[in-house]
Amino acid sequence: MQRGLDSETKKQLEEEEKKIISDEHWYLDLPELKEKESFIIEEQSFSLCEDLLYGRMSFRGFNPEVEKLMLLMNAKNKAEEAEDETVELDVSDEEMARRYETLVGTIGKKYARKRDRANYEEDENGDIKQIKTKKMFLKPQD
Amino acid sequence: MAEVVSVMTEPPAGGRARAARTTLGQVVLPGEELLLPEQEDEGGPGSAGERPLRLNAEARSRVRVVCGPGLRRCGDRLLVTKCGRLRHKEPGSGGGVYWVDSQQKRYVPVKGDHVIGIVTAKSGDIFKVDVGGSEPASLSYLAFEGATKRNRPNVQVGDLIYGQFVVANKDMEPEMVCIDSCGRANGMGVIGQDGLLFKVTLGLIRKLLAPDCEIIQEVGKLYPLEIVFGMNGRVWVKAKTIQQTLILANILEACEHMTADQRKQIFSRLAES
Repeated sequence: MQRGLDSETKKQLEEEEKKIISDEHWYLDLPELKEKESFIIEEQSFSLCEDLLYGRMSFRGFNPEVEKLMLLMNAKNKAEEAEDETVELDVSDEEMARRYETLVGTIGKKYARKRDRANYEEDENGDIKQIKTKKMFLKPQD
Repeated sequence: MAEVVSVMTEPPAGGRARAARTTLGQVVLPGEELLLPEQEDEGGPGSAGERPLRLNAEARSRVRVVCGPGLRRCGDRLLVTKCGRLRHKEPGSGGGVYWVDSQQKRYVPVKGDHVIGIVTAKSGDIFKVDVGGSEPASLSYLAFEGATKRNRPNVQVGDLIYGQFVVANKDMEPEMVCIDSCGRANGMGVIGQDGLLFKVTLGLIRKLLAPDCEIIQEVGKLYPLEIVFGMNGRVWVKAKTIQQTLILANILEACEHMTADQRKQIFSRLAES
């Protein structure tokens, strides 16, 4: 006894299936629904419409944490509106340049050999600055 | 709130739409349709003859308009669903926001709103919080800052919670949390001991939370106090003594119906005593 179908009967079944189920079978016979692109968005929240302050408030130092929060949250709201604010620097450029100047001296002294340490001297303010230039290799001109 | 409202002399025409731009600040009634600015040319009777030449090919592309509370989309127009004054705001990007400034006492949960809730039940991993809506909101115990499965927050039945909604629509139970999207509390969570919770209308809350509200500035000069406003109409106040707390509660409840002069009188009387 043979289990399963013959190759012939298989082919016949397949053909019959194909006749019944063609490509059109998978598409419904309905008119095309046009999806209307709407430019109106519905929102039920008032926070979009009106700029409301933060809901927790504290006055005259009753709750210091809430007062800090108030400053934070209300400033955040305003910062979102004014997007072209420049970033505030913690350290100004001049101060940065001054610090860097002295920093070069102290770090440079650390790596200088014992003979070269004589080149560094302490200034009036206590800043370490290099006085003599380092002895570098001078290329002969000719 | 105590202003004289200009009454419309002509009867509201059934089905005739008005331009939204001209109705700003006027009272609108439910059922009215509003035309957006782009549609005025097409619908008006004056342009029956010539149509203005549109040089840009994308004449049809409109700016996105947001319809806020009190308005619904009806085809290409806006349909008014609440009575009140029509307001408009022009944000930086996109079209404007239109909404109706209405007054009501009953709160309907809205996603993103910060509300004050009262814990009514504790079942397993979630708390049931009453926010004044049609059903209690659920609050998971993990939705607090620094909460883990081992480290549970200290919340009891009857506590006041200040949180915001993450899920709030008409098909599902509202869910709220006490952290923001970054995981920080930002002032949300259990509201401390003592104090007084009372209910006001929703319009008063919005009025008091406006950036230039004089009432709050004047109240803040009286004595040290703390206030929490929930968008569901609930306000919690706390001051050093019970009498001060009660005075504050009375002022906030009454200021809805007082004129500016009456308010100043009361504040000056309080400042003296």
